[in-house]
Amino acid sequence: MKRVYVNEEWCLGCHLCEYNCAYANSGISNMVKALKGKEIFPRIHVEGDDKITYAVSCRHCTDPMCVKSCISGALHLEDGAVCIDRDKCVGCLTCILVCPYGAIAQDENGAVQKCELCLKNANGAPACAAGCPNNAIVYEER
Amino acid sequence: MKNVKKYVIIGNGTAAAGCVEGIRSIDKECEITVISAENHPVYCRPLISYYLEGKTDVERMKYRPDDFYEKNGCKVLYGREAKRIDAKNKKVTLDNGETIEYDALCSATGSSPFVPPMQGLDTVKQKFTFMTLDDTLAIEKAIKPTSRVLIIGAGLIGLKCAEGLHGRVKSITVCDLADRVLSSILDEESAAAVQKHLENNGISFLLGDSAAKFDGNTAEMKSGVQVKFDILVLAVGVRANTSLVSETGGACKRGITVDEHMKTTVKDIYAAGDCTESKDISDGNVKVMALLPNAYIQGHCAGVNMAGGSEAFDNAVPMNSIGFFGLHIMTAGSRTDEENGGQVFDESEDGNIKKLFVKNDKLTGFVLVGNVERTGIYTSLIRSQTPLSSINFDFLRKNPNLFSFSTNYRRKNLGSVV
Repeated sequence: MKRVYVNEEWCLGCHLCEYNCAYANSGISNMVKALKGKEIFPRIHVEGDDKITYAVSCRHCTDPMCVKSCISGALHLEDGAVCIDRDKCVGCLTCILVCPYGAIAQDENGAVQKCELCLKNANGAPACAAGCPNNAIVYEER
Repeated sequence: MKNVKKYVIIGNGTAAAGCVEGIRSIDKECEITVISAENHPVYCRPLISYYLEGKTDVERMKYRPDDFYEKNGCKVLYGREAKRIDAKNKKVTLDNGETIEYDALCSATGSSPFVPPMQGLDTVKQKFTFMTLDDTLAIEKAIKPTSRVLIIGAGLIGLKCAEGLHGRVKSITVCDLADRVLSSILDEESAAAVQKHLENNGISFLLGDSAAKFDGNTAEMKSGVQVKFDILVLAVGVRANTSLVSETGGACKRGITVDEHMKTTVKDIYAAGDCTESKDISDGNVKVMALLPNAYIQGHCAGVNMAGGSEAFDNAVPMNSIGFFGLHIMTAGSRTDEENGGQVFDESEDGNIKKLFVKNDKLTGFVLVGNVERTGIYTSLIRSQTPLSSINFDFLRKNPNLFSFSTNYRRKNLGSVV
């Protein structure tokens, strides 16, 4: 299956992926309305220092600890992608306790959110990869 | 003629669901029989407090979709209990006398509430344990807005029950023989912080104290304090349900002894979940680690091995993510201190508690209260037993991040299939 991969040698640290992620998952068609003046809660995060930067988002592990550990049955696999049924999630944060990459976080309301490869929003494919100006984030089969 | 294998799972909780999925990942043809004492399809047992709180409902509490058993070709015997395992002839006898043959069997029997003998307990009319959905529905039926609730036990079960009942009853008092809340997972300082937060939300405590006797609606504590109550919840502790396996001669201590393949000491009998004990790699001790993640992983592992595949679970550690009234707590592994040749890194700040426990160049455990962002990076260090000298631990202990790891680690984990 296609996944998001990052290459830190090419990352510029521009954080555009974070904005594209927040926009893609906002459900709002106008980028300015979706983002301007708002604190964003993207599902991808750039970390590093002034020399090395890279983006971290869900790795869609082949044997995901978060799915095995989810106490509510909310996290599950759909054709290899780790997805969350937010209606079932009770916000216990066990997934945050077990994700080795720190790729799962709380949204603005304290509920759990994670990268679902933009398969469930209007984008249909990861907005972070599509908008990465230096191909440091790609969406491909490996 | 094809030899269709027969697998029997005793129990219908998380470990059983894991076992079904483990078996089916290998063998699509075999017969699977699930013996379910409870009259419910597998549900999320840890959600019972969230049910009382109104954060979920019976429908959403289902652990798997409605067609789970059908899709996986399972026969579920609801309301039936296994009474005896005949390991020699490989069959299980049920409470109705029926017998079922097996090629391999998994005991996923869970645990039961432990109620110590207490004087006058029989005079208490409204008393409950808090382990199952039926317990929960019974408590919900019994409570009124005017109810005074006394909970015996300030562990995970007792405190989650308190949170669930909060706002639905008049008062909640929790007592415990231990001098602090969540004594199995928290140190004194973090327990005090959590207790204060619970008290600020209206929960009362009687700690270092226990009920000496009951007389109807009154509990007399060892300290002499009298507590009037309408509803009593007994959450003192749990005991692993080991008897079926121990009666066949299988080794059991506090839980059923299993190896890393979830095999018991009896041929073709496996065990998984809260009924088992296994090695905690953070301190090397064998213990019962009754946690949902372990139950699922063990169940899956048992299932794969029962069906002829090969899977091992050899890095179990205790871990908990639990919250009360918006305050999150995460713990994993085991605590250590200087006396035991370990080191404690206290990184608490801004009202958040963070203590990391290190021994022999490994992270053995942590306690976090408040800010719990990206804690899984720490948990992973415990489970993988990563030498801390191989990473930038000084930076990592401030904030969980991947920057403290090598470029190679990041290339492998962020740039390939994991």
